[in-house]
Amino acid sequence: MKVLVTVKEVAEADDDFAIEGTDIAESDLEYDLNEWDDYAVEAAVQLAEAGIADEVVTVTVGRERTEETIRMALAKGADRAVRVWDEALDGAFADVASKVDLFEAVVAEEEPDLVLGGVQAADTGFGATGVALAERIGFEHAAVVNDLDVDADAGVAHVHRELEGGVEELTEVDLPAVLTVQTGLNEPRYASLRGIRQAQRKEIAAKDLSDLGLTADDVESSLTITSMYEPESESDAEMIEGDAGESADRLAEVLREKGVSA
Amino acid sequence: MSVLVAAEHRRGALRDVSYEAITAGRELADARGADLHVAVIGGDVDGFAEDLNRDGVDAIHTVADGEEFDHNAYQAALSQLADGIDAGAVVLPNSVNGLDYAPALAEALGVPIVTDAVGMAYDDGLTVTREMYGSKVETTVDVAGDRFVLTVRGGEWPPAEGVGDAAIESVDVDVPESGARVTGFEEVGGGDVDIADADVLVSVGRGIEEEENIELIEDLADALGATLSASRPIVDNGWLPKNRQVGQSGKVVTPDVYIAVGISGAVQHVAGMKGSDTIVAINTDPNAPIFDIADYGIVGDLFDVVPELIDEFA
Repeated sequence: MKVLVTVKEVAEADDDFAIEGTDIAESDLEYDLNEWDDYAVEAAVQLAEAGIADEVVTVTVGRERTEETIRMALAKGADRAVRVWDEALDGAFADVASKVDLFEAVVAEEEPDLVLGGVQAADTGFGATGVALAERIGFEHAAVVNDLDVDADAGVAHVHRELEGGVEELTEVDLPAVLTVQTGLNEPRYASLRGIRQAQRKEIAAKDLSDLGLTADDVESSLTITSMYEPESESDAEMIEGDAGESADRLAEVLREKGVSA
Repeated sequence: MSVLVAAEHRRGALRDVSYEAITAGRELADARGADLHVAVIGGDVDGFAEDLNRDGVDAIHTVADGEEFDHNAYQAALSQLADGIDAGAVVLPNSVNGLDYAPALAEALGVPIVTDAVGMAYDDGLTVTREMYGSKVETTVDVAGDRFVLTVRGGEWPPAEGVGDAAIESVDVDVPESGARVTGFEEVGGGDVDIADADVLVSVGRGIEEEENIELIEDLADALGATLSASRPIVDNGWLPKNRQVGQSGKVVTPDVYIAVGISGAVQHVAGMKGSDTIVAINTDPNAPIFDIADYGIVGDLFDVVPELIDEFA
């Protein structure tokens, strides 16, 4: 079977950052593979190593710069990558339906049996694309999966869904399916030097809207970010000042007042 | 156009976010001059309907289908209801189960979805307040058009109260056969210790950097006579067992003293410990959200402060 993994390069803000317009200043952002997607890539690669998946393809929506991040997923064992980008996507805050338009077109080309992606992207935190994609392409789905066992012969994925409060739901999902992957599902590997070398030769196919049979109208977003600001600190904490010794001294005093003792 | 809210329940009890979503839904209904409808699907729908009949609810629709959550039934029922009552706005819990059907419902209805709202305003259209970049910033997002699905974060709206005079009616829904079947539930995080019983918790987060450094925090817990707990990344990494995890998907704790070491205070973590009597935070980032709920804070390197603190109690 074929596994398609949706991956995203996400931005993380430095401790000190400035806001320019409706986004954080480019110079105050660091880019990396989305943490949740790292677990999805690992799950797919493990399926390949177990002989269940024949091919693992990653798909991302991102400008050319993201290829460095995509290569990390290839270095960990994905076979090849598809990167979708178009000028029409530049500067807009893509809504869920637009992303689904793009992924739908890639699914039509790749015809995967299983689509894996992270529960959410660390930067925008929507948590919606995978389940919306499943609806569009007529796949079954399960969101927030933290245990996965694929029975390819029976065409079923046995999953646990991590509910709130330390409860997991046990579910069997018929394939083809879209599963959104929670952190902790597995232990994502580090790319080996050999993997990194091999990744240089793996294909990253760049596609624009016309390659996918889409137009700019298809991906017009219904959402606009109109402002961004730092939330006002609601802190009324007593901040303990001084060097490590002085602050530990004051904190010890506080803790003893609260009745803490060995 | 009316406003439709879906309640959430698990194992025989309504979850709090149901009442909070009703408050958010009422806010929207007032702004749009609309009626507020509430749907409850599966389980003891008649008993749930009675509980959900709070001030401001105009109608409650009960859909008897199974005992527990099934995304297929929720989507089928809410699609049918949304069409039937011309629900332009659908307000749902931003929970694990909410995110298992809300995006599919929005897609099926052909309307935009905005998730994890922490606030909203409605004038000519909907403006949602939500966080980005791991809670470091808030954004306002304008939604084009007057039809949408909105999921609301738990704990951001007060629960609806009082007793309403909603019309309660049962609805038959044709639920198509599902290719996703729930076969059971499992409690996780049992074992040697229940962190919810501890009077003093020393909790360790990502700031600890390496597995071998956990020992330092164990030493601190020993020195203070405290119990060791952790935030999610520590458990994801397998450095401490699941029964030590504080937060939305772990344990909710309310000790007398909670000492957060190297924990930034993501919303999922805070949901699990904000009820602690006294909260102490040690973190290098002065902007870390953990300081927003702390009573005492030290901006500093835990590797400098913690050994000194251990010495104080040695």
